[in-house]
Amino acid sequence: MTKAVIQFEHVKKAFGNEVVIPDLSFTVNQGELVTILGSSGSGKTTTLKMINGLIKPSAGTIRIDGQTITDLDLVKLRRHMGYVVQQIGLFPHMTVGQNIAVVPQMLKWDQERIDQRVTELLNLVQLAPKDYVDRYPQQLSGGQQQRIGVARALATNPPYVLFDEPFGALDALTRLELQKEVKRIHESLADKTFMFVTHDINEALFLGQRVLIMHEGQIEQFATPEEIVAHPATEFVADLLGTVQQNQNLWGHYHD
Amino acid sequence: MLGQIINYFQSDGGQYLHYVWQHIVLSATALLISMVIALPLGYLGSRVKTVATFCVAFAQGLRIIPSLALLFLLIPFIGTGVVPALIALVVLALPPLLVNTILGFNEVSPLYEEVGRALGMDQRQLRRQIEIPLALPYILNGIKLALVEIIASATLATYIGAGGLGTLIFTGLGLYDMTYVVIGGVSVALLSLIAMLSFDLLIRRVQQHDQSSYSI
Repeated sequence: MTKAVIQFEHVKKAFGNEVVIPDLSFTVNQGELVTILGSSGSGKTTTLKMINGLIKPSAGTIRIDGQTITDLDLVKLRRHMGYVVQQIGLFPHMTVGQNIAVVPQMLKWDQERIDQRVTELLNLVQLAPKDYVDRYPQQLSGGQQQRIGVARALATNPPYVLFDEPFGALDALTRLELQKEVKRIHESLADKTFMFVTHDINEALFLGQRVLIMHEGQIEQFATPEEIVAHPATEFVADLLGTVQQNQNLWGHYHD
Repeated sequence: MLGQIINYFQSDGGQYLHYVWQHIVLSATALLISMVIALPLGYLGSRVKTVATFCVAFAQGLRIIPSLALLFLLIPFIGTGVVPALIALVVLALPPLLVNTILGFNEVSPLYEEVGRALGMDQRQLRRQIEIPLALPYILNGIKLALVEIIASATLATYIGAGGLGTLIFTGLGLYDMTYVVIGGVSVALLSLIAMLSFDLLIRRVQQHDQSSYSI
């Protein structure tokens, strides 16, 4: 049973005279983990930010769970959409616990429920609650900060979580660890739709159940990783895959 | 000299406390009024470019007018006493308050505002939970600089009849009696020092999350 929860219909976005996205249509189903892959200027972040209304489309329709986004109260919508950015996105003046509790506080949960949820989430991202809850972001490593970022996004158990290149600034090992973590969390929670923007093709193919490849505001291919690798739809996608191939060749030589 | 100082405190202790009290009340009132004016204006300045330009130009202009000159310039318009002294002190306190408030709000990374909005904060929550706490160390630093400036300049306010510790200094100067000058001068210095240290402590407290210091 598939249910379309995020729908773009002929969406166009221009900043002044510069058209970033000429005409974009795609559909994401409930419970999917979709990665959006593209280089800078491809419109991938713009696309993500249109999902929670941080950026408004110039034309076209965006539907969230069947409802046109212009009919929705954006503040309410956003409280039901987790949002993860690079690790510096944690509020520096709040402790780990306070950061995670931001949205529950706004929804006026009682303190006991908030404390319980914070503990639950810290366990979910595998940081011992009593060791971390009162620390400030600056006292954590990049990887730990990012785990907190993920925990904060999941705080109210939202049906959607948006990731805006969250792991770009981390070292390769930490990144891999967190990618596995996101995958595990997505699998452990039923019916959560994750949208994950990245410029790293390995990350996109590893994480995504489907990968949306964007170039100059248009979709080059939107398919499962297997299909992309087996049948690249355009020359652009083939070239992208070529960079992965090249890396593997390098490794091959290294081991000879 | 020490004997004379002890003697003064023994015979005129009450009068001394009265001057200290006058000085503190005058300074605190001036600080409060200038904060009421400068903090909202500074916040506005961080949002609206033209307001910021105006504030900075105004602040720069004020810095080149000597405090004493400003006090005397007001006499023809509003006479002498506490009110003109207050006006002069407020005007002197505005530049550091405005500049630091604008700086503080401008230093709040747009990323935090975007994340706050993405998490579903409305304008008010954004201001109360993100912008003000993050700008606070800068604002407190501005208040500190303004207060030190006010305490020092309030000494001169004696000249236009507002009382305070300046009275002791000018009495001493008039009588060629260094005892009064020393007592007045040291007291003003101590008040400034206490004000500065308390604010430094406060600033350190509000930015305990951050090791780096914003204070100048």
